Amino acid sequence: MFEGAKRPTIKFSDEQAQLLDIAASFARDKFPLSAARARIAAEADLDKEIWSEMAALGWLGVAIPEDFGGSGLGLGEAVAIVEPLGRHVAGTPLVSTTLLAQALLKAGTEFQKRTYLPKLAEGGIGALALSEESGDWNLTNLAATATKTVDGVALSGVKTFVTDATSAELMLISVLWNGRPALAVLDRAAFGKGRMTRETVIDETRRSYRVTLDGMVVQDCYFLEAAQTAAAFKHLDEAACLLAAAEMCGGAAGVIATTVEYLKTRKQFGRLIGSYQALKHPMVDALMLLDAARSHLYFAAGVVGEGKEGEIAVRMAKAAAGEALAFAADRAIQFHGGFGFTYDCDAQLYRRLGLWGEARHGDAAWQRARLAELML
Amino acid sequence: MSLDPKELEDFRAEVRAWFEENRPADPGFLLPQSFMEVGTDEQFHFLRDWQRKVYEAGYLGMAWPKAYGGGGQPQALQDIVTREMMRAKVPFMVNTIGLNWAGPLILNMGSEEQKKAYIPGILSAEDIWCQGFSEPDHGSDLGSAQMKAVRDGTDFVLNGSKIWTSLGVHARYMILLARSNPHANNKYEGLSFYLIPMQIPGIEVRPIRKLTGEYGFNQTFFRDARVPESCLIGGEGNGWRVAMATLMFERGAAGGQAGGHAMMSTEVSEVVALARVAKRGGRPAIEDPLVRDQLVRFLIEERGLALNSARKRLAPLNAEYPLSIAMAGKLAVSEFQRRLCQFALSLEGGRAAYYVGDAHAIDRGLWQRAYFNAFSATIGGGTSEIQHNIIGERVLGLAKS
Ligand SMILES: Cc1cc2nc3c(=O)[nH]c(=O)nc-3n(C[C@H](O)[C@H](O)[C@H](O)COP(=O)(O)OP(=O)(O)OC[C@H]3O[C@@H](n4cnc5c(N)ncnc54)[C@H](O)[C@@H]3O)c2cc1C
Repeated sequence: MFEGAKRPTIKFSDEQAQLLDIAASFARDKFPLSAARARIAAEADLDKEIWSEMAALGWLGVAIPEDFGGSGLGLGEAVAIVEPLGRHVAGTPLVSTTLLAQALLKAGTEFQKRTYLPKLAEGGIGALALSEESGDWNLTNLAATATKTVDGVALSGVKTFVTDATSAELMLISVLWNGRPALAVLDRAAFGKGRMTRETVIDETRRSYRVTLDGMVVQDCYFLEAAQTAAAFKHLDEAACLLAAAEMCGGAAGVIATTVEYLKTRKQFGRLIGSYQALKHPMVDALMLLDAARSHLYFAAGVVGEGKEGEIAVRMAKAAAGEALAFAADRAIQFHGGFGFTYDCDAQLYRRLGLWGEARHGDAAWQRARLAELML
Repeated sequence: MSLDPKELEDFRAEVRAWFEENRPADPGFLLPQSFMEVGTDEQFHFLRDWQRKVYEAGYLGMAWPKAYGGGGQPQALQDIVTREMMRAKVPFMVNTIGLNWAGPLILNMGSEEQKKAYIPGILSAEDIWCQGFSEPDHGSDLGSAQMKAVRDGTDFVLNGSKIWTSLGVHARYMILLARSNPHANNKYEGLSFYLIPMQIPGIEVRPIRKLTGEYGFNQTFFRDARVPESCLIGGEGNGWRVAMATLMFERGAAGGQAGGHAMMSTEVSEVVALARVAKRGGRPAIEDPLVRDQLVRFLIEERGLALNSARKRLAPLNAEYPLSIAMAGKLAVSEFQRRLCQFALSLEGGRAAYYVGDAHAIDRGLWQRAYFNAFSATIGGGTSEIQHNIIGERVLGLAKS
């Protein structure tokens, strides 16, 4: 397995290096933190212009095979895009769109793959209706149902935290069908029949909706292959952990840089506050947590999907990234003093990003409990 | 010379077999975990013989120049050997100061004569090296060191004291930082760096008992000890620069070490094994959810450290803070080890109150001792607090404290 003395290697491709570079400068240009605030205030749910630029860069298809209109790279390359976006608190539908494609790749029918994957690669937004009112992180603990009727299959129940639901072209919905967890991919004509209510969420850069399924009627062919569904749930969970880890690593790097900048300019008692060890030492601790989290992240990016080792890696990555961002952003608020307590201070944007990321797909303690099952 | 993966794999197999075959037999006494803990002559001789054997097999100093007893081979081969040694859990290389910082320093800055005179003995363990940096009144503030080196013609006369000298009683040579000019413009410019022999009149080494109750390090007293100016390295008045270079090697922030591992580190798997046998309320401690959570935290941290070493080599993933992983390594590992050993001890429940020597102590008191000894690395080589300062200032660019 993974003995201490055996030196692990991180698979890191030239494509990843290039994407990291391009995504970092794109994020710097397009997503200064003022843009995050503008997005919070915006009327429209989606900045269509930026989204189409992201599509034009081919980012929505990086993890989609060439046969289906993508560029045939993988989730590891998606990580290299998502991390710099996280640094700039650029919550876009990129992650949900990428994950929807992953579900299709794992369990979609040939027809679904042929029809939907090229659409997603081109910029069609995918939304995930996976969580429910219980807030359970186990994606297969479901209350929503599908029932056979004369007209087809009637869906019922409530889905929560469906980001970008109003902008989406496709929605992945989880329900119990014949008592078994099932996944269905719906186009707008089908999911548009449900009711969407905007949620007020802790990360205000997200456009999140509560979606009522009642009224949605679909056909059998909307469902993903039953035989692959369990694998698809598992893969969705692991891929979601990986991309959340990427976003949170980016966030941790962003908040550390922001805070260090403040510590280098703010003076009290005639000295730069960064000279005080009570601030300096925790900043170093934050940096070390970030270093470890990024190492986990890029290792996981190379082994995601590879059985038990892949699962261990992504769960470790998410736990490490969550804790790194939580610590760095928490200290960032404190180290900005009274300004840190304001809405204007960017520290809160990062703290909210972290709280959102931890609340999705399992916080660090949850990941550790899963890891204990896998490793002890 | 570059090697293809097949050659590297063959070499690894050969090395693995050698260490399996030549692993020293259990000496029947507890071995130290690092060079800072060598407390008895029998421990010392056992470890010295072992280093010599490894060197004679061609597995130490493989990438050092042939002219000075090295192997003149690619570093990649030495790295494989070092990893295999750790994997096989064979004893560490006792001449740690020589192999890991005095040696690289001499190769880097020393004169041809110095390289010829010192490098072969470092590798064979014939010449054990110790380090005279810290003083009773100046430890973290190394730049204020006061020990005197007064020029007398072509000699220097040494007076004062160095303390916490690991391996001092066994050493033939010392790397020494001393004040050659008390009137320099600032405290740093008055320092010079020397490579001095220990067995000369005027040097006395007295063992100090450490917190475990055993002997480990020493205090070294200098009374009119006389050394020739050829002992200088880096030039008179350049001692601070040389000392900083030494510390980069010591903390692993710069490469060029002879290879071989310098300490036996505790792995989380050993603590997991302890948690399986230790009991909580009549049940194995490993069933306790809090114990499980903590063990997984350590597993994540341990793997994070290993992965940091892997990521360190990937330039695009170190763009923002290129020195961060290298500079934080010592701090990260030493604090991890300390917390891990402390946790292991807590798993013993009531029996954690036994100590080394009691027949009822779990694992002969290994964990009690390991926890205490773990502070050697959080204090020695620059304390964790000083490491925080250095990283904050050099990596993050924060103002000096
Ligand atoms: C096992 C062991 C082996 C050693 N071997 C050697 C050896 O072979 N050769 C050698 O020369 N030395 C050796 N040392 C000495 C070691 O390098 C020093 O102990 C260390 O640098 C600290 O110096 P000090 O003991 O004077 O403590 P001090 O400097 O007095 O420190 C006391 C406390 O104050 C803190 N402190 C001091 N300055 C600051 C600051 N600026 N900011 C924040 N906190 C601060 C320290 O972190 C520490 O917690 C060894 C030490 C140990 C424990």
